[in-house]
Amino acid sequence: MTTRRQMMTTSAQVAALMAGAGLLPTAAHAAWPQAAFEAKNMADAAKAFGGGAPVESKDVTITGPDIAENGAVVPVGCSSTLPGVKRLMILVEKNPSVLAAAFDVTDAVDASFNTRVKMGQSSNVYAVAMMADGKVFFAGKEIKVTLGGCGG
Amino acid sequence: MADPMRIRAQMAGDKATVRVLMSHEMETGQRRDAAGKVIPAWFIQEVSAAHNGKTVLTTQWGPSVAKNPFLQFTVKGAKAGDKITVNWVDNKGDKRTDEATVS
Repeated sequence: MTTRRQMMTTSAQVAALMAGAGLLPTAAHAAWPQAAFEAKNMADAAKAFGGGAPVESKDVTITGPDIAENGAVVPVGCSSTLPGVKRLMILVEKNPSVLAAAFDVTDAVDASFNTRVKMGQSSNVYAVAMMADGKVFFAGKEIKVTLGGCGG
Repeated sequence: MADPMRIRAQMAGDKATVRVLMSHEMETGQRRDAAGKVIPAWFIQEVSAAHNGKTVLTTQWGPSVAKNPFLQFTVKGAKAGDKITVNWVDNKGDKRTDEATVS
């Protein structure tokens, strides 16, 4: 007969095992925007952040190589000259995770960021700027990849 | 945990360009190991940066960011000698903070 004590011990052990295997939900740290990172396209990612329909704009810039020799490390940059940008995002259209990064712009930094992304295949890469009033502007560039970046 | 971040902050006019190189696997959760089992997603989810203690940037990342991530941003109103702190948290709850001085 399992005593209460035994059951508690077993539960704790199972919980520890699960935590070790990463199956228990971790404490939500400052709301990682899961819906945005699960979005499959730019419009959905913008909507997940409370923005409207994206409009192409010359005031948003996406920089990156025309051809990336290594899809595992593609340097890209996003920037905007629009005043009052609240958020800048980088999206890789054909990646399983379309939204690569989202930057919250404060008054203390320029609306200009560079990072490196993985690209599984040649794809359009977009810089998306979200304004305080919910307007969304974007610019896109095609980056060709000769060697895909996800190890598969 | 991981190797320390390499942070370089240099004045350019009245702004400081900050470049950070972090050490992290950034597993997408799409790969399989030799036995065919999916390697679980393990990636930095949030990065924040502070200038002299004041948060100036927060970013959210997904698994599309490359391994050993690089980040460059520009802080306005910085001066040589100011402190830049960069902090990241990954999806397992691990975190790392490093700091550098603006040169």
